[in-house]
Amino acid sequence: MTETTNKTVINTSTPSKEWIIFGVLGVLLVLAAPFFLTGFQLNLLGKFLAFAILALGMDLIWGYTGMLSLGHGVFFGLGAYAMAMHLKLSVGDAGNFGTNLPDFMFWNGITELPWFWQPFSNFGFTVLMVLVIPGLLAFLLGLLTFRNRIKGVYFALLTQALAIVFVTLFIGQQGYTGGTNGITDFRTLLGFDLNAESTQKGLYVVTTLCLGASYVLCRWITKSGFGKVLAAIRDDEVRVRFAGYDPSAFKVLVFTLSGCLAGLAGALFVPQVGIVSPSMMGIVPSIEIVIWVAVGGRGTLAGAVLGAVLVNAAKSFLSESFPDFWLYLQGALFLGVVLFLPNGIVGLFQQFMTKKTALEPSEELVVSEEGVAK
Amino acid sequence: MTALLEIKDVTVDFDGFKALNQLNFSMAPGELRVVIGPNGAGKTTFLDVITGRVQPTTGKVNFKGNNLAKKSSEHQIVNLGIGRKFQTPRVFTNLTVTENLGLSLKRAKGIFKVLFNPLSTDNLTRIQNILERVGLASKAQSQAGLLSHGEKQSLEIGMLIAQDPDLLLLDEPVAGLTDRETEKTAELLKDLNQDHSIIVIEHDMAFVREIASTVSVLHQGSLLCEGSVQEVQNDPKVIEVYLGYPEGAVHA
Repeated sequence: MTETTNKTVINTSTPSKEWIIFGVLGVLLVLAAPFFLTGFQLNLLGKFLAFAILALGMDLIWGYTGMLSLGHGVFFGLGAYAMAMHLKLSVGDAGNFGTNLPDFMFWNGITELPWFWQPFSNFGFTVLMVLVIPGLLAFLLGLLTFRNRIKGVYFALLTQALAIVFVTLFIGQQGYTGGTNGITDFRTLLGFDLNAESTQKGLYVVTTLCLGASYVLCRWITKSGFGKVLAAIRDDEVRVRFAGYDPSAFKVLVFTLSGCLAGLAGALFVPQVGIVSPSMMGIVPSIEIVIWVAVGGRGTLAGAVLGAVLVNAAKSFLSESFPDFWLYLQGALFLGVVLFLPNGIVGLFQQFMTKKTALEPSEELVVSEEGVAK
Repeated sequence: MTALLEIKDVTVDFDGFKALNQLNFSMAPGELRVVIGPNGAGKTTFLDVITGRVQPTTGKVNFKGNNLAKKSSEHQIVNLGIGRKFQTPRVFTNLTVTENLGLSLKRAKGIFKVLFNPLSTDNLTRIQNILERVGLASKAQSQAGLLSHGEKQSLEIGMLIAQDPDLLLLDEPVAGLTDRETEKTAELLKDLNQDHSIIVIEHDMAFVREIASTVSVLHQGSLLCEGSVQEVQNDPKVIEVYLGYPEGAVHA
């Protein structure tokens, strides 16, 4: 009997505290930040929050399910390119060359808009593709690898190969993708001037709302029975089969979802930064995503968000002041986290809280803080 | 009476090594069967074939009238009603004891069902009952990774009870347990046998005498003999290949 009463205590009290933090942060980010930050700072923050969505997707597959993807930049890139195609087509003949074609196509001697570019002039279609293209790629890749029970290092290597393939493909198909330089020089989004501060503010708010929605979605998934199965897969996949579940189906679904989130992040990133290029989908940026999650705390959604924002803030700050220094620091940061903070910043915080509450005989706090699956 | 499980002429050939060789085996619903045999006799492969981990090279496995060789994946076989406990306890160390049991409960296990159907009150009551049955009620909210070896064994048996299979396969359930825990496990198995058919693979002859009605002896991938504990123990073939001479057998 005491067991059941205990359980209800856990179920009601901890989440409400979590939602209060969530609400306060939401209000601060959406309502307060646009008034207190300069346009430049807000733009940076918007970029970091887009990365946070990407980090949530990485956390779902790596933190919760134990699948390390070292090619997640590809899904981010595909979402980003889809949005960039729409933005480029919105330029119309207002560009520097007075042609209806995107400038790089003009330079590459292409005279007609390729068929697969055409539907991207429609914003609704573009938004759909931002989710569908990365999602479909993740679905197919997941289906092939997980059905064949490829996992661990082999899966990581495969995703890394995917990054190389896509970077090579996008550089090679210069006439269709803009090659190494990527796609840039955007003007408007849905008629709003991208250079106007109000448009950037709007994009920032949309990004924040998307992050909030992504967080709620991820939290719902990880807290449901589905999340328990994911944690079980991370522990012992064979045993999950003998509990009557098909782990590959779960992995395919969660990998697909992770791909969709990465695509969404990419699409929010492009109009705020104003450029997309193949270098954003390579191996190095893909590994950076893993570092964000590791620093923040894998297996905790709050950790993924926190890690993405903090590491990127540090990167912006330090690479402005010491441009050569950042890469060394990033490497050192990752080593430090792996060696000394295996559960990241959130893990450290939890440890601290557990110690504090261990003095008071209360079981609730041990169970979860900030939506952590234990 | 139709057999619950029927294995017909099954051979498993690992690149020329026949782990199972023309094995025939059959058991009726409600039985508690013990399978013994020397190391390398094919006991674990025998379980692997039933659970779909290994496909038979030739021969047929029938469970409740379903030909298992056609089932491609382990989880489908599990959902037909076969539960398996591995030699070393395998529980989900990152989940709590209650979550381990909740995960194992017999219910729809497709991805969308799992996503949209939380555990019902009935499910929770059932978990509570199982916790008490296997003696883990006080550890309900502990992380499974923090349990002792014996507690993990109990938890895994609890997970199998939650799964509620028609046929329960246990691979050396008392290996590494204390005498007291062994005794408790024997009681639990007899209790479980009330509503489940059970196959136990075991080396511990004292434990076998404690629980078994019928014993099957495997040797070199085939069935050597079958009968009551008494019959098997006095069978010269069994003594020859496995138990050794009677003096030794008593303490084996």
